[in-house]
This record gives sequence, C-alpha cells and structure tokens, in this order.
Amino acid sequence: MIRLHTPLEREALRGLKAGDWVSITGTLFTARDQTHRRMVELLEEGRQLPVDLKGAIIYYVGPTPAPPGLPCGAAGPTTSYRMDAYTPKILELGVLALMGKGRRSNEVRDSLKKFGAIYLATLGGAGAYLAQRVKKCELIAFKDLGPEALYRFEVVDFPAVVINDLNGNDYYEQILSGLNKGIVE
Amino acid sequence: MDMESAISKKEVIQCVAQLVEKAAKVLPDDVLNALIEAYKRERNYGAKKILEILIENARIAKEKNLPICQDTGIDCIFATVGQGLLLDFDLKEAICQGVRQGTREGYLRVSVADPLTRINTGDNTPPIVHFELIPERCLEITVLPKGCGSENMSALYMLPPSSGREGIVSRVIERVVEAGANPCPPGVIGIGIGGTMEKAALLAKKALLRPIGTHHEREDVRKMEEELLERINGLGLGPLGLGGDTTSIWVAMEVYPCHIASLPVAINYQCHAARRARAVLHNGQMEIVE
Repeated sequence: MIRLHTPLEREALRGLKAGDWVSITGTLFTARDQTHRRMVELLEEGRQLPVDLKGAIIYYVGPTPAPPGLPCGAAGPTTSYRMDAYTPKILELGVLALMGKGRRSNEVRDSLKKFGAIYLATLGGAGAYLAQRVKKCELIAFKDLGPEALYRFEVVDFPAVVINDLNGNDYYEQILSGLNKGIVE
Repeated sequence: MDMESAISKKEVIQCVAQLVEKAAKVLPDDVLNALIEAYKRERNYGAKKILEILIENARIAKEKNLPICQDTGIDCIFATVGQGLLLDFDLKEAICQGVRQGTREGYLRVSVADPLTRINTGDNTPPIVHFELIPERCLEITVLPKGCGSENMSALYMLPPSSGREGIVSRVIERVVEAGANPCPPGVIGIGIGGTMEKAALLAKKALLRPIGTHHEREDVRKMEEELLERINGLGLGPLGLGGDTTSIWVAMEVYPCHIASLPVAINYQCHAARRARAVLHNGQMEIVE
C-alpha cells in the first residue's frame, strides 16, 4: 500500500503505476451524476463552483443517510462511466484524482493524460466496510439532490487501486489482455 | 366462505418495511457461503484479499446495522397471491407504503427518480411490483433490492432460432466481458430464455431469486448453467474485475416456450451483494423466512 495525502501533488502521482494499491488519508469530495451535471452547468455559465478542486480527489459516491451517531452510512463507489461526459471539463479545474469503479472512455483517458491526473477504483459493493474509514462527512452544496449532493469526506486509510496512471496505462485493460492475471499457487 | 380479510393492510406494510430493511443489511446465507467458498478456492492473491473484504463487509453491515452497499437499490417486489385469498385493501398500495417506511426507518438511500427530469421521488417509491396468481390460498412477498451498477449491465437479445445453444452461451460470455468491473463481480447471472421480449426479461430477473446452489430441474438447462459458470470463471476477470478465478458465484437460467421465429435471451446481472428477503403468510401472519 502506497500512502497518499490530500491535497495531492503531481509529484506524488508520478511513481504510481496501474495496479498499485494506495491508501488515502485526507479529504474526498463526493460527486455523482446530477452533481456533475450541476457543476458543468455552473462552469458553462461562467460561474464559480462552491469548492476549490485544485489537487482534489473526486469520489463517485452517493452514501446512504447517516444513522444516529455515525458520520455517514454505507459509502462505496458507483460506476464511473456515467460521469465520462462531464469529466474532461472537471479535470480542467486541477482535480488530480478521480475515484469510482469500472472502465473509462478513451476521451477521459486522454484527458487524464493531458491534465496529469489519475483514475482510481475502490471496492465496489463494500459500502459498510468503506464507511468505517470515513471519519467526517459535511454537506457542501446541492442539498436538494439528496444522496447526490456534494459532500466533503474526511477519510483515514481509504483503500483504492490505480486503474489509469500518468503514463496512460489501464489496469482493467491489462487484466483483460491477460497481462496481469497474477495467478500465484 | 370466510369474509374476513386474510391479513390486515397494516401487517403487510409492516412486513414489507422489515423485508426492505433486512434485504439491504443482511446478506442471505447462501450468498455469504458462496463468497466464503470462492475465497477458499481462489488462487489469485489480490482476488483472495478482495473476497476477504467482501465477507468482512457483510459481517460489518449485519453487526453495525448498516446497508451492505450504499446502493440500496430500486425495490423489485414479487408478490405471489392465492386466488382463494380475501384482502380488503389495495395490496399494491400497502407494498408501496412498506417500501417507504422501510427505507426511512432503515436509513436506506432514496434512489428512485423521474426518468426525464431526474428529480428524486424522495422515498424510494414506486417499487417495481410483479404479481402472480396461483390457485392456493397463500401470500408470499419477496423483496429484491436491485442496485443499478449491475442492472445497467443487463441486456436483451432477440436472436434468430438458428443461434441455438452456442449462440446463447457466447452472448452471455461476451456480455460478462463487456460489463467488466461495472456490475461488481462476482455476482449472479440471471438468464431468461424464450417467451417474448418482456417475458424473457422477467424470467431473467426471477432467476435471481433462486438460491445459489439450486440448478434448474431440466437436465439440458442445468448443463448450460454449469458450462456458463465454468467458462465465466475461466475468463480471469475476477472479483471487482481486478483479476482472479472468481468472476461469478452462480448462473441461473429460466426457460419458457417461444414463437417459432424467435429466440429471446435476457441477461440480468446481479452484483456480489445479491440481496433478497422473503415472507410468507402463515396462520394469519406474515412470517419472514429468509
């Protein structure tokens, strides 16, 4: 496990390669379908976003409501390709990592390379497990979107695997082409 | 004839609320056992680690009363109603109220929106309700919360009959590869073969209700299920699409006669959090049986 702290610095991403597991401590900004739509609409209208996303990690998640006494409910990743249409625009803001699950479009992969950002996958369907690593959850914007609102998560040792590194490698592609089946008896 | 309602509306609402919450938080034993068996068999180190976390996740969810996955789904509800049963209320409305109550009380996510405006309905209703009439005097309600990471990877093919068995098998395998990590493997692949467009889709969804380990009773169908499971697990896609021996924990098929010109094939993908809960009417009360 390679430790990452936020805000990210590009230097820290250079050594990462597709297939590496990382452990994140710091801040994650949550955003999924409708949040992306809202953010891109604001940008197109020439308006400011409610957060500074320079060096940020965006986490594609819509958590379940926090039960009494906990910062948030289950908080695993949602499928990333639905954000593909908005992602190049979001990367222009200086976001350095995106986190979700599943393959990205070629356009997103090109944008990642162009802006020097990485794409991470975390543990799909392990919402209760991942929630244990979320220490604080604060509503930032778009409250009316309910589970799709923009939250700031403070996390400790949040696990993820590098899918797209700065050199343009794609871990899912490596697995599919049989390069990385990693069978150990 | 007994003119008293076989059960009250209040009891049905309460029962559905409990099923909705239980399904979201307690992984059925057969699914948990399948993950444990997969963990024992898995040879890929990283995949083994992931399976261990998924098993741990189910334990945390149950112990801490948390949803297994943040996508607590859109509720697909199967109600089997006996023709001899007398109910003095709107059953669909009671089910809907139960979903609303269970979602609120269980701190589940509201994930249902208008398809065009995308405005959230705010209470996870309406659910998708399928009624089936049977001759006996019974009532059975099954809740299948369906996460849409997996639901979105489903597919329907209207194949020419000449495609035959091989055509079906290769379509399913292609679909699993295309879906990759999106549907959170290793899950259950539900397959509906035959009928018409909507019948095949419904058969595929119903196949997901079958307990893991239970094959179709028809020998030729069972053999297809076995072959598909083996071939899918030979792909190397692995848990969460990150490589390994375990890409699926079960393949379940349902078949129904179709038109001589037709071969509908529906694939309904279910994630590793293959959640479901069921209750049956027993001595005038709904009893949760799984």
